[in-house]
Amino acid sequence: MKKTLALLLTTALALGLSLTACGGTTSGTASTPGTESKGEVNVYNWGVYIDESVLDEFTAQTGIKVNYDTFESNESMYGVLKNDGASYDVVIPSDYMISRMIEEDMLEPLDFANIPNFSDIDPALKNPDYDPENLYSVPYMWGLLGIIYNTTLVSETPTSWATMFDAQYSGQILMFNNSRDALGVALKYLGYSYNTTDEAQIKEATDLLIKQKPLVQSYVMDEIFEKMQSGSAAIGAYYYGDYLTMADVNPDLAFCLPEEGTNLYVDAMCIPKGAENKANAEAFINFMCSTAVGTANVEETWYSSPLLSVREELDPEVSEDPYAYPDEELLAKCESFKNLPQETLTLYDGEWTRLKLASN
Amino acid sequence: MRNRALAIPYVVWMALFVIAPLILIVIYAFTAKDGGVTLSNFSNMGQYFPAFRHSFVLAVIATLICILIGYPLAYFLSKESVMVRKVAMMLIMLPMWMNFLLRTYAWMSLLDDNGLINQFLGSIGLFDLINGIFGTNLTCFHMINTQGAIILGMVYNFLPFMIMPIFSVIDKIDPKVIEAAQDLGANNTMVFRKVIFPLSLPGVLSGVTMVFIPSVSTFALSRLLGGGKTLLLGDLIEMQFLGNAYNPHLGSAIALVMMVIVLVCMAIMNRFGEGEEGVAVL
Repeated sequence: MKKTLALLLTTALALGLSLTACGGTTSGTASTPGTESKGEVNVYNWGVYIDESVLDEFTAQTGIKVNYDTFESNESMYGVLKNDGASYDVVIPSDYMISRMIEEDMLEPLDFANIPNFSDIDPALKNPDYDPENLYSVPYMWGLLGIIYNTTLVSETPTSWATMFDAQYSGQILMFNNSRDALGVALKYLGYSYNTTDEAQIKEATDLLIKQKPLVQSYVMDEIFEKMQSGSAAIGAYYYGDYLTMADVNPDLAFCLPEEGTNLYVDAMCIPKGAENKANAEAFINFMCSTAVGTANVEETWYSSPLLSVREELDPEVSEDPYAYPDEELLAKCESFKNLPQETLTLYDGEWTRLKLASN
Repeated sequence: MRNRALAIPYVVWMALFVIAPLILIVIYAFTAKDGGVTLSNFSNMGQYFPAFRHSFVLAVIATLICILIGYPLAYFLSKESVMVRKVAMMLIMLPMWMNFLLRTYAWMSLLDDNGLINQFLGSIGLFDLINGIFGTNLTCFHMINTQGAIILGMVYNFLPFMIMPIFSVIDKIDPKVIEAAQDLGANNTMVFRKVIFPLSLPGVLSGVTMVFIPSVSTFALSRLLGGGKTLLLGDLIEMQFLGNAYNPHLGSAIALVMMVIVLVCMAIMNRFGEGEEGVAVL
């Protein structure tokens, strides 16, 4: 019996070793023959958030192979990193998630000497609340949340978050399928802060969402593109850049910035702690901040660029768009998500479960 | 001894990828975030009862529908010529060569209010006909984002797992047994009821296992076909890992409770099967 066990353990060990060995060889032989191998960089970004041809461009310029993966929410990205399920060199989370990751010591300080293009970043976006000394992050894109609606399917022009709760649009409303964004819509409508930790306010917002549930067609994330473009839903809350992409397909769509105010988000490039290819990651971040690449990405995704030179490069129709590059007055109405304390996060999950389990 | 040596790779595989994860789930389920041993992950389980109930109800319905469709199909197929059987099996297996998510996305665009099915029904004038007769104002059949759509997704995706085991069991029934029954004067109904059906039960039981377990733990279906309006167990567990609070301990505890319930269900079912023939499906 002991012998069998010993044999078992040895085999397991051998198998483990051979697996690691395999891992090593794959990365070694990954580069195309002929080009000198400069290693690789593992990038983890939001879905539909880049002009993918710039990745090949990066490899062509530097010889560094890009392994590109996507996620669909900050929370799922956090889960993957926390689980150590994969090792990434560059991740692009949003503001509040970056401050959470900084607090939990999950990010590597950047060497800005390797990222000279950082100087092109809009000074207004430097040293943000989520990274006050700007040690860990370089902004990638930013934008505003609003209501996207189909002009042929609504009877009056929406001006407020109230539209999302209007019974006459029953079965036509698309709502966020994640707790932070969905509760955010309700909190803003009720006149509360996105970052409230007041249990009563959060519960009130959930109660509102439970009342709204029968009106909701479905809870979506990126599925909203398909549903708004095809006209199968009339109203949904999503980002201005995405609205521009959707309106390209379906010209009946329009965008409303609710009068109660809205969410301003910044997604920024960071390097997770323990990244194996830190120098390559910094080269990649610098590359993403170059004018040509930044312009290509904006023209693909239509989000707002933090790069000053890109703004000059863009068509005035885009760069003077008041929703893409809002003025001070508009910005004053916007609020960003901040990281919430653990007990509030747990409350969010509990309230979200309560909403999803509510039957009506 | 030689047989034992051959089993080693399999044992190692099982140890690494079945036993070890299972042990990890148990460890996670009984510990708290700070690492201490706790039962708190289980004591709050009551609030998730609706998710458990809902998942089991949908999975039972989907499994029953799979039996109703799968059994007759497997039965009649076993009577066909070899050629027909091969083609039919190919067609049953064919959708499984495609990714599960892709197939589900296809259903999304089929079932949509503006989807292919409704467009087709509209173009042949069905809605006008109904509206003409009943004076209604119907423009589409509302199919997507309903419980029915979730069940449809389960049936569509897991039906092959019902047909296959039933078919292979019926196919192996010795024709002499059936002839003997007929010689003894049994008519077709009696032959089926007294001979074929009891002999095919092991296939039904393994079919039920193979449909029920993935159905009860499925997670993408309720979001894609059900519009995310219901929370099934799979979604609840996923939320613990990919949600705000990131609580793998609670997620593991829910997964463990689900496993225990499924195990009990299967054990009870096997008890039923044992009367007929000593089958062990698990």
